[in-house]
Amino acid sequence: MMLKPQRPGIPLPVPTIVSAPFWEGCSAGEIRYQCCNDCDAITMNPSPACSACFGPNLRWEASSGKGSVYSYTVVWRPQTPDFEVPYVPAIIEMEEGFPLMSSIVGCDVEEIEVAMLVEAVFVKMSDEITLAYFVPEGRDLPDLAV
Amino acid sequence: MPKHFLHDVAIVGIYNTPQARVLEDHDSDTITVAACRGAIADAGLTPADIDGVAAGGKAAPLIYWMRNGPAWRSMNPPSIPAVLQAAAAIAAGQCHTAIVTDGMAGVYTQRRSTAPWTRPSNEFVVSYGMFTAAEFALIARRHMYLYGTTPEQLATVSATIRNNGHVHPDAIYRGRGPFTPEDILASRMVADPFHLLDCAMTSEGACAMVLTNAERAADMPQKPVWILGGSGDTYGPSYQHPPTWSFSGRSGEINGTVGRRSAQQAFGMAGITHKDVDVCEFYDPFSFEIIRQFEAFGFCQEGEGGDFVMDGRIEVGGEFPVTTDGGVMSFSHGGAAVQQLQRITRAVEQLRGNCKSQQVKGAEVAMATNGGAGALFTDVLLLGSEKAA
Repeated sequence: MMLKPQRPGIPLPVPTIVSAPFWEGCSAGEIRYQCCNDCDAITMNPSPACSACFGPNLRWEASSGKGSVYSYTVVWRPQTPDFEVPYVPAIIEMEEGFPLMSSIVGCDVEEIEVAMLVEAVFVKMSDEITLAYFVPEGRDLPDLAV
Repeated sequence: MPKHFLHDVAIVGIYNTPQARVLEDHDSDTITVAACRGAIADAGLTPADIDGVAAGGKAAPLIYWMRNGPAWRSMNPPSIPAVLQAAAAIAAGQCHTAIVTDGMAGVYTQRRSTAPWTRPSNEFVVSYGMFTAAEFALIARRHMYLYGTTPEQLATVSATIRNNGHVHPDAIYRGRGPFTPEDILASRMVADPFHLLDCAMTSEGACAMVLTNAERAADMPQKPVWILGGSGDTYGPSYQHPPTWSFSGRSGEINGTVGRRSAQQAFGMAGITHKDVDVCEFYDPFSFEIIRQFEAFGFCQEGEGGDFVMDGRIEVGGEFPVTTDGGVMSFSHGGAAVQQLQRITRAVEQLRGNCKSQQVKGAEVAMATNGGAGALFTDVLLLGSEKAA
């Protein structure tokens, strides 16, 4: 069974003053993450302070969008009825070295394993929100039609 | 070694209301008040004897309803940290007798969704369908990848705990077993690797306990159960950030072993080691969490937890009996905090020696825990039938 992104209608994020650039990045087709101008450390999830020096001088960088599966779970009992099962929440270890919460699509459940190489794809869910999903490296986003 | 500052604080009253999937004619306030009445009576006291309340957002209302203000209060979530805070307030003389309580009823009504406390609407998890089972599954999967931990080992934990609930007359799932690991593995999948029977239930109920100082405890009817040690560890807010096994703070210690620092502190306060623990009333939101806690607390080496829980070691009669009332899988899971307090009340029953079922003979030291790596926190409380040395 080919895993697909969820359809519009699921609960969507409400960006904050801190996280808005991350979600703007998704809309622009890239994963953005924070870097410290003072100590160069990466901070992710978006935070009001550098995760290494606690300083305020953070800038946004664009990730390659590539990573590997750190862990995953195949969910058969949905969070709310808005979600179609099965779906596969996963922690992606990005090439730049930070973990990202996302979901794997574009393959069968049986294909997924820890350490599998994946890359980001982007699915517009509303005028404001585009979500990042991940597909096995080299695959395309599955056809969203029924 | 000098006595630690909670040395002379005891738990002298406990009470669990009836627990059920749904408690008709109750809301969270009425069931919590019922638990308070029970615990105060168990301690041989009246509300006039209570001058401290730790109950999260219910602390101030309870003080008003009891009309025992001015009173000390803690609005921390009522779990192990609140018990330690109440004990500290007693030790410091800010109050002499405190009640710690929580209860929930009538909160989980949209049954096609997972319970509301399992799915915080945080922007980084909500759209990926995350809820507690998935959060803890991501931790378990990583451990299975790193160490070869098996679904059968997880199922052995579930079967053991559910069998404890099977024989507990007050457990919601009494009489539902007995279970074999094969039964667990045959239940439907919720969030791989967790089958339905690897997961906590949802229910309603309340729990309360009364703490006081040694001088007052001497005049009370119940055998006091003493605070030997305790602490709490967190890496951040639950269910917002990826529940990553190797996530670490500045210390270099990882979320996969969250609770290790607490356990070391608690054992240090108590002047004992894990070998002295007679009963492990560990928090059991998902089967793997028990395996993880044995590793984090130093009962076994990292990666060895899967083997450690096999061969009857964690059954009553084994070396380290675990979650002897059936825990949140089978006894009750009333919401965000009440079921965390119930690990403590069960430890008290074990040390009083009057459990209705699965009494560990001669139990003198009990370890109660809350939380788990999927939630980025773990708290530890050591209790004893005698004061710490």
